[in-house]
Amino acid sequence: MKYLEEFQNPELARRLLDEIRATVTRPWALMEVCGGQTHTIIRHGIDQLLPDQVELIHGPGCPVCVTPLEVIDKALEIAARPDVIFCSFGDMLRVPGSDRDLFQVRGHGGDVRVVYSPLDALKIAQQNPHREVVFFGIGFETTAPPNAMTVHQARKLGIPNFSMLVSHVRVPPAIEAIMTSPSCRVQAFLAAGHVCSVMGMGEYPELADRFQVPIVVTGFEPLDILEGIRRTVRQLERGEHTVDNAYPRAVRSEGNPAAQAMLADVFEVTDRAWRGIGTIPASGWRLSERYRDFDAEYRFSVDGITTREPAACRSGEVLQGLIKPHECEAFGTTCTPRSPLGATMVSSEGACAAYYLYRRLGTTPTPQEASPVA
Amino acid sequence: MCLAVPGKVLDIEERDGTRMATVDFGGVVKEVCLEYVPDLKVGEYAIVHVGFALQRLDEESARHTLALFEELGLLQEEFGDPWEAAAAPEGGDGAGGTPPAVRNDGSREVSR
Repeated sequence: MKYLEEFQNPELARRLLDEIRATVTRPWALMEVCGGQTHTIIRHGIDQLLPDQVELIHGPGCPVCVTPLEVIDKALEIAARPDVIFCSFGDMLRVPGSDRDLFQVRGHGGDVRVVYSPLDALKIAQQNPHREVVFFGIGFETTAPPNAMTVHQARKLGIPNFSMLVSHVRVPPAIEAIMTSPSCRVQAFLAAGHVCSVMGMGEYPELADRFQVPIVVTGFEPLDILEGIRRTVRQLERGEHTVDNAYPRAVRSEGNPAAQAMLADVFEVTDRAWRGIGTIPASGWRLSERYRDFDAEYRFSVDGITTREPAACRSGEVLQGLIKPHECEAFGTTCTPRSPLGATMVSSEGACAAYYLYRRLGTTPTPQEASPVA
Repeated sequence: MCLAVPGKVLDIEERDGTRMATVDFGGVVKEVCLEYVPDLKVGEYAIVHVGFALQRLDEESARHTLALFEELGLLQEEFGDPWEAAAAPEGGDGAGGTPPAVRNDGSREVSR
């Protein structure tokens, strides 16, 4: 129980844990959807504080991790063009394509720039009217509305040299894919809080009902996650399967209607391949027909790419919760954050990176090992 | 990049027909678009993701979350120098030391 002292409110954490212990009578498998939640769980040793009957399975909720290799390769090909300024969020720099990454493209003369916001990329396009400026638009429902607004602005302001390589993904179809998989062990979900800040909770009751799974919207702080687990276990023990909001300070049931309206205007739902998992029907967004002029896939000829996925990488099984990161033979040996085989090791929200960072190597760590090395 | 970070609105202005704010994230100050939370006021907190306010948040929750994210190194990940992190031996993965500190390298917003 030593890790508890790291909690902001150790006493409250202890009470939540006691309540979970008092409630649980048999084994349950819960999936936390969001990679940010995975990091909190591993960093604070929450999985090790829980009673043995409560197992946390790490979900596919890291946008960097699930962006398909083909899209990464398209990004790399566009970024290497001499007429292009390629703008990306910083955590894409080391994500491996078939034979290079954005960091290496820049090293070979590509004009790759890191932006904090997609609006920064639009500003770069305004400042460089004679160059093509391409923004790498990946992410879940939290990132899609800012990117949608940026394309909307590009059209409104008439900026012809801006385009976006879009590979957005949606959480509800991923939950459906996980639940319909023959190897699924998941009995409840901790839903990603900030996705719900945008989308609200309206998409979840049908899923909870159809698959008889509790879905509890959960935040990112250690106490948020313990509270989410407490509510989930209580439902499971009672045989209930409802949608519950354990993160009301940031999530309203209707979400953010203005953001949803912009999403509906700029994007349309499409089938999307998830790296390591495969194609999930209706699981993504692409630019709608009225914004096709701003679609980098149409502007640049990047079809016919042949991808090479490293055979040793088992990130697909990690993303589906079928294995823990340290159960992969390459983990920590041929695959490290410096030379990753898959995106789950390089992304700041990837499950493999969390296990590597906090030294979860398959053995029971000491408290020191569970803390980041200073 | 999926995590949104709470920030405090310092001032608000219209720019190119868009409602924009200056927002303080525990010392790092950035420009933020308010189009999705248009009624946000100076002094209030919001959850901000990639330069867009997505939902209003109460001050106490915002302060707690900011403190946690700082402790986890997530503020450095969000606002630090990504090239430095990508080039670092073992890429800030814990084996090479703490993540690079947030720095004001001239290409960023003013750090306070």
